[in-house]
Amino acid sequence: MLIKQISIFVQNKSGRLAEITRLLGEKGVNILALSIADTTDFGILRLIVSNPDAAEQAISEYGLTAKVTEVIGVAVPHVPGGLASALAILNDKGISIEYMYAFVTKSEGDAMVILKVDDNFTAMKVLSENGIKLLTPEDVASI
Amino acid sequence: MADFWNQKSECMSRDELHHIQSERLAGLVRRIYTNVPYYRDKMHEKGLVPEDIKSVEDLEKLPFTTKQDLRETYPYGLFAAPLEDIVRVHASSGTTGKQVVVGYTQNDIALWAELMARCFTMAGATKNSKIQVSYGYGLFTGGLGAHYGAERIGAMAIPTSSGNTKRQITVMRDFGSNVLCCTPSYALYLAETMEEAGISPDDLQLQAGIFGAEPWTAAMRSEIERRLGLDAFDIYGLSEIMGPGVSMDCIHKNGLHIWEDHFIAEIINPDTGEVLPANSKGELVFTTLTKEGFPLIRYRTRDVSSLNFEKCACGRTMVRMSKPSGRTDDMLIIRGVNVFPSQIESVLLEMGETSPHYMIIVDRMGNLDTIEIMVELTPAMVSDEVKKIEDLENRIRQNIESTLGLAAKITLVEAKSIQRSEGKAKRVIDRRNM
Repeated sequence: MLIKQISIFVQNKSGRLAEITRLLGEKGVNILALSIADTTDFGILRLIVSNPDAAEQAISEYGLTAKVTEVIGVAVPHVPGGLASALAILNDKGISIEYMYAFVTKSEGDAMVILKVDDNFTAMKVLSENGIKLLTPEDVASI
Repeated sequence: MADFWNQKSECMSRDELHHIQSERLAGLVRRIYTNVPYYRDKMHEKGLVPEDIKSVEDLEKLPFTTKQDLRETYPYGLFAAPLEDIVRVHASSGTTGKQVVVGYTQNDIALWAELMARCFTMAGATKNSKIQVSYGYGLFTGGLGAHYGAERIGAMAIPTSSGNTKRQITVMRDFGSNVLCCTPSYALYLAETMEEAGISPDDLQLQAGIFGAEPWTAAMRSEIERRLGLDAFDIYGLSEIMGPGVSMDCIHKNGLHIWEDHFIAEIINPDTGEVLPANSKGELVFTTLTKEGFPLIRYRTRDVSSLNFEKCACGRTMVRMSKPSGRTDDMLIIRGVNVFPSQIESVLLEMGETSPHYMIIVDRMGNLDTIEIMVELTPAMVSDEVKKIEDLENRIRQNIESTLGLAAKITLVEAKSIQRSEGKAKRVIDRRNM
């Protein structure tokens, strides 16, 4: 089950992140996980939110450009080596990770991680086969 | 210290000059009418035949030539000599992706060398001089134009071409260059680099600098003179007319002498085309009287200047044009390279991946011009991956560089962040105080 991620292109200007987060807050959108990829001139803010459609709409209406990408959410045991075992499975199958980041909360002792890989379908298949729990949009929304 | 390369021509009486110009103009019109169908059609449109043009007074009857005419006849449509007689071409930027191609016959090259020889001599250079040519050699007219003039006076030409600043300085010091030819901003950059390397003007043998191809101020002139320990001359030219050496200032630095036995200059009102009287400010227009390969009639340079016909203290009778004070179009001159915003727009449109909303920011860092192009990212181009956006940025950079011949910084910006205007879009912010 894939999860919708919102990516926003932001120029490196002070106050930009504050504005975006304020905007989402006003629309009742909760941010569940985020990462920023930055270069000298711009950044890409990636968000997992409680209501992706509302978030996308709010951002477009504000005049920023958002893109929705599908990513994989996994729950791994929150113990040393927990994430490593999941990543080893992908590596064994030759699946590359474009980027990844973690949720700020944990549930039932698991840590939750967002993965962007080059082959979603195979990655989900091998992770499931190896007993890694995949997060559903419902799991995410209930955080 | 009044040195002339060709005193007879440079100091001829205005009457004699008028006679020569009239004779040459009539000849030019006959040649062009016979050899260039494009011009023949333009003359027919005005109901003109060559016999209508007998003297300089008839010049006003002739149609103007514009950059648009050059574009429509690209590449060889305005050549007045058969291609087999063309021995060289140069090219400069057009208003879109297409360049302007100019051709020279053997005689044209000799004429150019003659006029550059007048310029070098006017700056005090002689056969004993060592002339370092730091203008680019290539399609740009600067390098080869200056080079042939240096050889013509029998001086030693040092063809360093542009770039490689450290080597330029080493050559200047070790070879004992007396005359430096480059853009004024590059001259200042050389001065700065020399100072950093602990080399003072006393370690050099520079006497004169021939600087041009971009606008510069009087303050820059004094600064260059002080820091390089030379006498700085302002040279003017454009490839359409010939290249460097159409005009240059003499030691009195009170206007640039146009070599009127080969070019007729006019000042017009850019909006109406009306010819303006002496000393009025307007658009500079040139007619090439003696060129064979690529002669032009009443070519609108888009440079703003004025003409002073009084005899100069140096003894030359040739009219003096004021240093160009601006443009009547949106052309920018960056590091000596002519750039039209429309060239950038056509690169972006051809790529078809970005929005055509852009902003050009020109600045001067230290002594070098910088150009930054801000381009709006369209929703389709936003990616969750940095490398995809950086890849787009790189492709824009490469396409711009190959079109302009100039490296530009590309900055991608958020959609709709560049101000929209209802009238003519403002595409350029020029922070240089020229």
